[in-house]
Amino acid sequence: MTSNPRVVPTIVLVGHGMVGQRFLEALAERGLTATHRVVVLCEEPRPAYDRVQLTSYFSGRTPEELSLTDAEFIKDHGIELYVGDPAETIDRAARTVTARSGLTVEYDTLVLATGSYPFVPPVPGKDSDGCFVYRTIEDLLAIEAYAKSRATTGAVVGGGLLGLEAAGALKGLGLATHIVEFAPRLMPVQVDEGGGAALLRTIEDMGLTVHTGTGTQEIVAGEDGAVVGMKLSDGSELATDMVVFSAGVRPRDQLARESGLSVGERGGITVDEQCRTVTDPHVFAIGECALAADGRVYGLVAPGYEQAETVAATIAQDESAFTGADLSTKLKLLGVDVASFGDAHGATADCLDVVYSDARAGTYKKLVIGRGGELLGGILVGDAEAYGTLRAFTGSVPPVSPEQLVLPAGSGGAVQLGPSALPDEAVICSCHNVTKGTIRGAVTEHSCTSVPEVKKCTKAGTGCGSCVKVLGQLVTAELEASGVEVDKGLCGCFAQTREELYEIALALRINSYQDLLDRYGREGARGGDGCEICKPTVASIIASLAPTIGASGYVLDGEQAALQDSNDHFLANLQKNGSYSIVPRIPGGEITPEKLIVIGEVARDFGLYTKITGGQRIDLFGARVEQLPLIWARLVDAGFESGHAYGKALRTVKSCVGQTWCRYGVQDSVRMAIDLELRYRGLRSPHKLKSAVSGCARECAEAQSKDFGVIATANGWNLYVGGNGGATPRHADLLAQDLTDAELIRLIDRFLMFYIRTADRLERTSVWLERIPGGLDHIRDVVVEDSLGICEELESLMAAHVAGYRDEWAETINDPEKLGRFVSFVNAPDTPDPVVGFVPERDQIKPDLPLLTIGMRPQQTADVLEGSAQR
Amino acid sequence: MTLAPETTDLKVQLQLAEGWFTVCDLNRLTPGRGVAALLPDGRQVALFRDRADTLYAIDNRDPFNGAAVLSRGLTGTHQGRPFVASPLLKQRFDLVSGECLDDASVRVETYEVRAG
Ligand code: SRM
Ligand SMILES: Cc1cc2nc3c(=O)[nH]c(=O)nc-3n(C[C@H](O)[C@H](O)[C@H](O)COP(=O)(O)OP(=O)(O)OC[C@H]3O[C@@H](n4cnc5c(N)ncnc54)[C@H](O)[C@@H]3O)c2cc1C
Ligand code: SF4
Ligand code: FES
Repeated sequence: MTSNPRVVPTIVLVGHGMVGQRFLEALAERGLTATHRVVVLCEEPRPAYDRVQLTSYFSGRTPEELSLTDAEFIKDHGIELYVGDPAETIDRAARTVTARSGLTVEYDTLVLATGSYPFVPPVPGKDSDGCFVYRTIEDLLAIEAYAKSRATTGAVVGGGLLGLEAAGALKGLGLATHIVEFAPRLMPVQVDEGGGAALLRTIEDMGLTVHTGTGTQEIVAGEDGAVVGMKLSDGSELATDMVVFSAGVRPRDQLARESGLSVGERGGITVDEQCRTVTDPHVFAIGECALAADGRVYGLVAPGYEQAETVAATIAQDESAFTGADLSTKLKLLGVDVASFGDAHGATADCLDVVYSDARAGTYKKLVIGRGGELLGGILVGDAEAYGTLRAFTGSVPPVSPEQLVLPAGSGGAVQLGPSALPDEAVICSCHNVTKGTIRGAVTEHSCTSVPEVKKCTKAGTGCGSCVKVLGQLVTAELEASGVEVDKGLCGCFAQTREELYEIALALRINSYQDLLDRYGREGARGGDGCEICKPTVASIIASLAPTIGASGYVLDGEQAALQDSNDHFLANLQKNGSYSIVPRIPGGEITPEKLIVIGEVARDFGLYTKITGGQRIDLFGARVEQLPLIWARLVDAGFESGHAYGKALRTVKSCVGQTWCRYGVQDSVRMAIDLELRYRGLRSPHKLKSAVSGCARECAEAQSKDFGVIATANGWNLYVGGNGGATPRHADLLAQDLTDAELIRLIDRFLMFYIRTADRLERTSVWLERIPGGLDHIRDVVVEDSLGICEELESLMAAHVAGYRDEWAETINDPEKLGRFVSFVNAPDTPDPVVGFVPERDQIKPDLPLLTIGMRPQQTADVLEGSAQR
Repeated sequence: MTLAPETTDLKVQLQLAEGWFTVCDLNRLTPGRGVAALLPDGRQVALFRDRADTLYAIDNRDPFNGAAVLSRGLTGTHQGRPFVASPLLKQRFDLVSGECLDDASVRVETYEVRAG
């Protein structure tokens, strides 16, 4: 079969990987898809996906979510994409490519983007069952299936970047994992000896076994042909059920070789600065299969993207060249930040190293400085916060001394260098090669006023994401500099910050949102309906101050009901199909068998999914809105209260068993946790509040990851503040030591009330503590030394809260008017929402998600009002 | 539409193909919040009342995820346009036109509504 005769010039792309896809986008951006026929031959069974994020498959990202290809895009640009049909031969004389299916396409321009294949060292037994490579989604599916069905131990050959990712994946699959690396350290290409040592320590601490300086000599298979172990160069034998080879990649240049294109000695299709093959002007090569004009084969995605742009520009007859690229990388390997940039190994003559290393914390930072004081490159392990800024400074003399750049924040000499000090040419986003000047231009010339707008306009930040933080700082700085007064107001309705609104409400005893909006809102917002930002924020302020400003302490009372976030309005957590979850409070995580039985009975009677949460309590999922009051009636009757899982309020105070049972415990941590949980329950705050109490320094309750954490000492309690788990974990700081019970509680009262008073909306204590001028020292001055003279007021605000606390679920089930709101339909209160459905999963239920999509179509049946199920 | 001051026993009604369909008493709607109603053909409508007692009605289903929850979102005004923010992923929908303010290619059905 031969395709249509040529009417418009044809571009054929072989390989639809990351770089191939980027090339198609570049063609579209330049309007070339309109003037050319574009044919793509894709070998894999699925179109281009994000290989860089491949490992996130194991943390739940589906192949669909990894996809980089938008069907609309392909369709809109008339691209002919043949999936699962690799190119088999190229006839350069006839200018045709023939695919496995027999399809033959004539080309005017041929672009090879065939990527790499994983290198498997030629050791005996390498083809045994249970040997894998790590490159495609199919590889991962195969690894997962094998690991789950027949492996308990796994070994990765290769301790480079990909090897560590593969090892992390095996560990995540529950295997005892070994890494065998021939070089004397991990990640030999990216990091030096010191960095390798820091990395090794951290990775061993995670429970992986690392064999460096060790070669793999043979894979040993059992009688059934499946891997049972491997022989190592030190003479030992390692028992393992599976092996993943991750010993580097080689360019896929076979097709090019066979068609007579020139390839490098060590592989790679030889191209010039336009990425045109040196052999044939009609053929280009980009991405990992190309040997670039600077004599290198790049194994990273950013240089490939640049090559893709270059070829698109060249086809459009614009001037463009790829002369080489930066090999900077920042990765999170097994949860450890590792970054290297510029001349990381100090290859430049006469350069000097500045090294900071903290073996205990597993951090290692090295900067390479040139003779003239210019920053040449560096390596960061364990803490790569400064990567974005440092990388951008590469090649210039930083405005502060290099030592100050690597010292940890908080140590005397450290300086946080802002991106405003960078020159305009500095590359901020290396994935898309966007300079600081371009980003500034997006703000000043294209009037972008937010990070998402700048991302859209410049593409910066849309690759690996490592530059987004610096991007945000730049956008704010630029807005401020260009006189756009950066509006610090809460939202379109209020020009004040949350802190200012709090002060107004407290000082003037304003206890109604409408009153606040009409008197203090922005001109145009007065008399209006407010918005989804200020309503819950003001609701929270009113709730925190309720007893003091004369508001009802019940969040569903009067006007307050209309302001609450959706979850607070139903006193439960909305789930993806419109059902709710219920979390009764279990103070300190301590619960009697009777109460456990009640929870079990309620869950059984209402058919709820039950799960132990990460907060030492039990979540019941799958309640329909009209069931909430019925379920709570049972729970309240058994002595349970709301756990405020839905509120920006105190969540849990976790505990360890402590002195009562544990041989190490030095105080009664459970009692203290319960006391604290009961004291602060129901306290509405700018964001959720979490706490924990540990019975000794072993810290089994993880108090140092909490907003306020308490650790027992022989003499009392240590109080830590500003800890956080979640997306950006932060260890809490020690605020005070060896406190008595009363001192501890007084200090927490003050700390929390000071936070509630001054924090921004949705600002956890960790972020607040880092943001407010003076940081921890200032907070200590205020709450310990009473430098502002407000401690008495803070304490009395808390006392009023504690005295005024009532359980909001008990209150709700006793109020018929409020109960009327817990219905699916105002006109059919007994009809359950037909799109809330469940299907079985591991002996319990889970939401029936396909039902949501079915429900999208208008229903034809007229009998739904009678409550017939629509399934 | 805006209502006269005495609104005590008014009914909320929706304009359907067959004529006006009575949903509930007006006093079941709290200003600033929504309720859901079921139509005879199985569709669901989210009804809202604002501070000035104007009524709005849009389809109850969140087009981004399919769950019927828009009635439980928070309302507000953005550049003079009244909207509800989905309680799931917070996309805002114009209560008058049904247009998604965060993605102009998405729109939900709107209904004519009155208190009578
Ligand atoms: C149920 C639970 C997961 C579980 O099955 O274990 C959970 C579930 C949710 N978490 Fe969580 N988190 C749960 C423990 C945690 C923990 C562990 C802990 O508390 O020790 C953390 C890390 C600790 C921390 O917060 O510092 C945690 C960090 C988060 C975060 C990130 C917060 C941050 O500061 O980065 C969010 C997002 C947010 O709040 O903006 C979040 C948000 C959520 C939300 C509310 C997301 C949502 O809006 O739907 C989930 C809804 C709960 C529900 O529907 O009931 N959840 N979440 C846990 C409930 C604990 C409890 O008993 O109340
Ligand atoms: C687990 C993992 C993590 C990574 N992490 C990072 C990272 O953090 N940062 C980074 O910069 N890079 C990373 N990389 C490398 C990055 O994925 C590659 O640099 C990038 O994918 C190269 O793009 P490419 O298009 O050249 O090759 P590929 O994405 O491999 O695409 C080539 C495609 O061509 C197809 N093909 C080959 N021959 C033919 C043929 N004859 N006909 C048709 N199709 C053919 C292949 O099947 C493949 O789909 C990682 C790679 C892996 C595997
Ligand atoms: S923190 Fe200390 S007291 Fe508590 S359980 Fe752990 S070892 Fe025991
Ligand atoms: S550096 Fe990767 S997205 Fe900007």
